Amino acid sequence: MASNVQTVFQRPSALKEVPTHYCAGCHHGTVHRLVAEAIDQLGAQQQTIGIGSVGCSVLLYDYFDIDVVEAPHGRAPAVATGVKHVHPDSVVFTYQGDGDLAAIGTAEIIHAANRGELITVIFLNNTTYGMTGGQMAPTTLPGQVTTTSPYGRDVTTEGHPIRMAELLAMLGGTGFSARVAVDTPKRAIEAGRTILKAFEMQKKKQGFAFVEVLGACPTNWGMSAIDANARVEKEMMDFFPLGVYKDVTADGESNVFKTV
Amino acid sequence: MKKRLFVKGNEAVAMGAIEAGCRYYFGYPITPQNDIPEYMSREMPRVGGCFIQAESEVAAINMVLGAGAAGGRVMTSSSGPGISLKAEGISFMAGSEVPAVIVNIQRPGPGLGGIDVSQADYFQAVKGAGHGGYHLVVLAPHSVQELYDLTMLAFDLADRYRMPALVLGDAMLGQMKEALMPHPYQAPEDLPRKDWAVTGKHGRAKGNAVKSLYLGDGELEAHNWHLHAKYARLRENEVRYEATGLDDAELILTAFGGGARIVKTAIAMARREGLKVGLIRPVTVYPFPAEIYRKATERTPKVLCVELNNGQMVEDVRLSSAPGADVRFYGRPGGTGSLPNPEEIFEQICKHYKD
Amino acid sequence: MKKILIDEEFCKGCGLCAEACPKKLLKIGRKLNKQGYPLVEIDEAGQEKCISCALCARICPDVAIKVNKSDD
Repeated sequence: MASNVQTVFQRPSALKEVPTHYCAGCHHGTVHRLVAEAIDQLGAQQQTIGIGSVGCSVLLYDYFDIDVVEAPHGRAPAVATGVKHVHPDSVVFTYQGDGDLAAIGTAEIIHAANRGELITVIFLNNTTYGMTGGQMAPTTLPGQVTTTSPYGRDVTTEGHPIRMAELLAMLGGTGFSARVAVDTPKRAIEAGRTILKAFEMQKKKQGFAFVEVLGACPTNWGMSAIDANARVEKEMMDFFPLGVYKDVTADGESNVFKTV
Repeated sequence: MKKRLFVKGNEAVAMGAIEAGCRYYFGYPITPQNDIPEYMSREMPRVGGCFIQAESEVAAINMVLGAGAAGGRVMTSSSGPGISLKAEGISFMAGSEVPAVIVNIQRPGPGLGGIDVSQADYFQAVKGAGHGGYHLVVLAPHSVQELYDLTMLAFDLADRYRMPALVLGDAMLGQMKEALMPHPYQAPEDLPRKDWAVTGKHGRAKGNAVKSLYLGDGELEAHNWHLHAKYARLRENEVRYEATGLDDAELILTAFGGGARIVKTAIAMARREGLKVGLIRPVTVYPFPAEIYRKATERTPKVLCVELNNGQMVEDVRLSSAPGADVRFYGRPGGTGSLPNPEEIFEQICKHYKD
Repeated sequence: MKKILIDEEFCKGCGLCAEACPKKLLKIGRKLNKQGYPLVEIDEAGQEKCISCALCARICPDVAIKVNKSDD
């Protein structure tokens, strides 16, 4: 009887067997799992070095069973650059939120992409600063109420949300740039494939690889997990359309930007 | 045997670094240290190393953080305003115990200030430019030869104590040329293995984490005491200074780095006039050579501290000197046309010698 | 055979799995875990009806669900 039981889904080995500190319904956990699955599928757990950032996902080393460096706020792509040049055969990724990557770390992400650093960047966009308590982020939607835009984000004074996947796709060093979501099982599966692709491109030295994931932050949005999850499609996707914005391998050619 | 070379100070820094096995350099242009990145951009590819001109000082220091965390011998260089930008990364490196060498070829400030000779960044270097209460090893060369030698030493001290080390030069030293005797680097045998570095686990049971965040009960306090125990070991084992003419001195002059060159000439003038003047020149300004000041001022209580700033090291001299010592100051903050010459310092010696 | 194994210390009762289940076999119950989260539940009949599609596991942000499938 037991012999014909098959496990169809289980925890990836690159993810430690510990509960996370994330709130109920927070999408960080899903994205952690997808990154860990990609590392497993590449067989790269022993070669991977993660770069943590500042924000809710700062405790990367508590959850991933890999080597990790903790970067100052926004600086993960620069830290990753340093790590990758010392260990060019390792797999290096950063894991950053929207405040970290698209506000304080704008210079670092743009120039790491433009240099074509052979790193993978996972960007969780949940339109708010989670850890500090729900302040306005560079990706906060027009009209969205946050603790520092209490009257709703007014684009005439507070600027417009930044579309990072599109922006980075314009740079010469970028090999891959895409936006995905994890609000349905189907989209989570697609996001997993996209993240795997972004890691594979690093291994094949096909340029800087970037995946933006639309995520829910139920606590700071003041919503239930179910409603927050639904908001990702209802409100975020119009402004942040899902899709692949650049893929230098799409024509079947291997565009090698840089050999480390 | 290598030949004596006629070398610019900034290039001596880069030469010493490469000789000491530095293979990663990340920097950003700023006067008066541009010869260092220029030299590195030319020479690193020839030794199989990596040179990246970063988009900012902030990015450069974080590349240094990454490469240092990965176990590489890594360096950056800059000048005052750039070191201010690097302060965040330096604090993180101190907290995460990442060894690396940072070079400050000082220029006058505050703000954009100027591009001339100054020692205005003493406080920034020894009191901690960034947040959180930490120290760096700070070496203060006063010649092209010392720029070379102390850059090498900085790598060893950084690795031995697992912390960033800073070489505190200035525009005078960086831009001048003098004789340099290059010599092969020999790694000390007691350098610890970097088994804490991120490399990928490669079969290790646990992942390595290079980090400065400690949230558990008492964890951060324990970490800070651990860091400060290292600083105590530095003060115990790594103090370096030059002291001359203290035995018969009626007046002790003290100065560091480029300022000490002017002071040395002025002391020679004074000795020719029969004035009994001694010198204490700290080579490590952190750890500060407190003991020699205490001992020397017990015998000779009058000290004149000369700096190319408005008075910074003089505070450490006062703290270190014997109770009741008479510690005086003469300095000028730097800027175009504001470098004191030896005659000016000689006049000060005569004045303070008498009263 | 239990097709759905829920780790009670990992589940935070967010309910995303219950939404995703095509057969609507999961629900948030009254039992709390150590952290005080209400746990998602599936009863014996649900385990029987489960088609091991693993959509619940793929939406779960906390990797709290392991899914088995029987060959027969």
